[in-house]
Amino acid sequence: MTGSRERVLARVRAALADVPREEAPEDAPVPRGYAREHGLGDPVALLADRLVDYRAVVHRVRPAGLARTVGAALQRRGPGPFVVPPGLPEAWLQRAGVEVVHDDGLGVAELDAAAGVVTGCAVAIAETGTIVLDAGADQGRRAITLVPDYHLCVVPAERIVASVPQALPHLDPLRPLTWISGPSATSDIELDRVEGVHGPRTLEVVIVEDAG
Amino acid sequence: MSTTFVGMPAFPDAARAATGNAQLRHNLRKATHTIRDKRAAVVDELDDWARLRAAGAAIKDRVLRHLDVYLERLEASVTAAGGTVHWAADAAEANRIVTDLVRATGHDEVVKVKSMATQEIGLNEALGEAGITAYETDLAELIVQLGDDTPSHILVPAIHRNRSEIREIFRTRMAEWGVPAPEGLTDDPRALAEAARVHLREKFLSTKVAISGANFAVADTGTLVVLESEGNGRMCLTLPDTLISVVGIEKVVPTWSDLEVFLQLLPRSSTGERMNPYTSTWTGVTPGDGPREFHLVLLDNGRSATLADTVGRQALRCIRCSACLNICPVYERAGGHAYGSVYPGPIGAILTPQLRGVTSELDASLPYASSLCGACYEVCPVAIDIPEVLVHLRERVVEGKGHRAEKAAMAAAGWVFGDDRRLALAQRAAGAARGLVPRHLPGPGAAWTDTRDIPDIPPESFRDWWRKRHTKEGEQ
Amino acid sequence: MRIALFITCVNDTLFPRTGRAVLRLLERLGHEVEFPQAQTCCGQMHYNTGYRRDAQKLAVRFVETFADYDAVLVPSGSCAGMVRDNYPRLGEPGSRLRREVERVAPKVLDLSELLVDVLGVTDVGAYFPHRVTYHPTCHGLRLLRLGDRPERLLRAVRGLELVELDGATECCGFGGTFAVKNAAVSAAMGSDKARHAADTGAEVLCAVDNSCLMHIGGTLSRQRTGVRVLHLAEILASTEEEPAL
Repeated sequence: MTGSRERVLARVRAALADVPREEAPEDAPVPRGYAREHGLGDPVALLADRLVDYRAVVHRVRPAGLARTVGAALQRRGPGPFVVPPGLPEAWLQRAGVEVVHDDGLGVAELDAAAGVVTGCAVAIAETGTIVLDAGADQGRRAITLVPDYHLCVVPAERIVASVPQALPHLDPLRPLTWISGPSATSDIELDRVEGVHGPRTLEVVIVEDAG
Repeated sequence: MSTTFVGMPAFPDAARAATGNAQLRHNLRKATHTIRDKRAAVVDELDDWARLRAAGAAIKDRVLRHLDVYLERLEASVTAAGGTVHWAADAAEANRIVTDLVRATGHDEVVKVKSMATQEIGLNEALGEAGITAYETDLAELIVQLGDDTPSHILVPAIHRNRSEIREIFRTRMAEWGVPAPEGLTDDPRALAEAARVHLREKFLSTKVAISGANFAVADTGTLVVLESEGNGRMCLTLPDTLISVVGIEKVVPTWSDLEVFLQLLPRSSTGERMNPYTSTWTGVTPGDGPREFHLVLLDNGRSATLADTVGRQALRCIRCSACLNICPVYERAGGHAYGSVYPGPIGAILTPQLRGVTSELDASLPYASSLCGACYEVCPVAIDIPEVLVHLRERVVEGKGHRAEKAAMAAAGWVFGDDRRLALAQRAAGAARGLVPRHLPGPGAAWTDTRDIPDIPPESFRDWWRKRHTKEGEQ
Repeated sequence: MRIALFITCVNDTLFPRTGRAVLRLLERLGHEVEFPQAQTCCGQMHYNTGYRRDAQKLAVRFVETFADYDAVLVPSGSCAGMVRDNYPRLGEPGSRLRREVERVAPKVLDLSELLVDVLGVTDVGAYFPHRVTYHPTCHGLRLLRLGDRPERLLRAVRGLELVELDGATECCGFGGTFAVKNAAVSAAMGSDKARHAADTGAEVLCAVDNSCLMHIGGTLSRQRTGVRVLHLAEILASTEEEPAL
């Protein structure tokens, strides 16, 4: 194995004979004139618009209305059980009225049998309609948002950024990240987009805006 | 098991056969026109697209010019995060490494995320020979695998199949590989996607080893990135105990923040979406979340040789979006299989001859599989000047064996054009023979006259007309 | 201002009437055009087929022949593109050829560029009472970036009705030696282009490159569509007294 490492690196170095020896990697110029954001308007409205475009179900609520909206959404999906990560704020589920299971390392069979999952998010990106999960306490490990067929995600407005360049500094690459832009989909049949393959086929997003 | 590309005819022969297949041409035309329109719409949305493209090209160039540094950086970061890095000089070595890693787990089944690198090295076949079954989980790859077919597109490997053909493949072949297709399966894409979901679900929930590629590998953090749509990627990257990722050495990007460029360029160029449904990033292993063991296999397999060519090097910027395939009028009519490689279309025409050399007749024909219209360069999100590299590789073909009759013809043309008097004489000879040219030419000329009339040769060239006109003027 | 005409080997041999039209047009606009006799071929066929050294020799000949002019008119999009885009690749940076190319190449212009950008005219006083569709050739579109210059010139022609060509930006399938090396694909592309042209109901398909027109026209003729092909220069040179059709 070591032999191949040296062999590949030696070949690469030999291939780069044209690169001046004194040139450091950072010397190779990268023009960074692209936009930090595209100025497409109110990020909350934009995020909602983009998510609807992906056929996600979107609600915009004040903090006081959050528990009621979450509860109504879960009740529409049936009696449960709904998986929640260990650190999900209790207040979100105050009016749930459904069976809730806190994830403490559930097996895939239990996740498969669940009616859905409720989480928060780390960041949401308005321009692309993307929600990013970073396995934080209100989001949990990756499997719980993957195996159940329904994902309800609560997005506090203060976690919404305009663009991809604005999102990356908020994210820790050492954590496992999942970027979600709508429900799972495929375009593999005649490039016709069909929502719903292996990931959750229904994505419901509740955006929480402060009264201010 | 899926078939391979070995023994394919040269591009013109395979392409000729494809142009005669009306169903294939209809499928390809519909699909490529749909996706190219979607791409154009979401690219036009960003007023800084040209600047993003320039940045994407420059970041990739930075990596390529210092690839040794970045590879060592990546190796150190992945190792520090709990992953194990392996180096493979060629396909055989990569296959051996992966096979040994799977064997060490004690399992004989793996689930796979769609990956160009593993197709390139023929990993499924190698695993099969070792008694290990690889299940492709991307819908299009599943269609290809079940149909004993080869991929014909980078993003949508089964683009050559329409819905009714896919229904037939599912109906007749699914049972052999696992959960059969449901009774009364229709050709509605929704029903077909549902059938795939049910077929693959048991595999996802029970298989302990997964194999993936990666779209990007971040050198400074050791983070791997996979973009996908269906969730099969997330399943493979999250549920198994062991994850093995086979990644070409050119997939490195320097820093985490460089992803801000590629995560804008790739989805819009590829599926024509503002963002693909799912992107997973992981760094080594995370206790309690996802695989317990992570192996990164860094693959050379002709990439360092490609790197050595200062003109051809730019092909290694490719982020496998497939925008060049979707816009290419030649790809649209010839289909992906004619390119005889997992990399079809314009990018394949410059990548395959560099990765494999131009010694076989097929590979030597690929640089000519283009009218040099330049549409591919225009849509490429990392500004690979594909026509430039095509012409450069044609030079390589000519310098090698080349084509004897063509060399003679080119030398003769070069001699005639080397002197205006020789050209004038040749033109007069042609003008004198003008009445003798038949409507259907024999020999190589038939390639033209089979479908096209030839223009009448004028009695007098422009230069002769000019000379006469000016002689007259001088006399007056 | 000294304007030289580089006729191109294809026009010189097969389409001299395009050259004559260029002269008629420019003389009508009050400009004299010179024709340096030493010119032959830009080397595009050699370059694009992989014969770089032959192309290099022809590039040397070209820059020597056209060194002293203010503008070099090339009535062929792909040949103009060859000089402007590919000649710089034929000489190493700092080489004599590269220096000469850097001096001459920017002066190389397509007819529509010369008229619109240098001479500042869009209405050239032409008369052509026919329905016309315009095919923007790949090199005109993507190498020279002619934009809508040719269409602006055509719209200003008296009597001319310009109709849009479906799939206009797609290659016609000529591609030089591609047309014979990959004849089947080339013919399929040409056939689609011909169908789109016929669907417009136009009498004439116009372009800035006779090579592409030879391919499209040959296909249109073989398919007996009745659609004719004409170089832009011929339409712009057309008048009541000397009609192009």
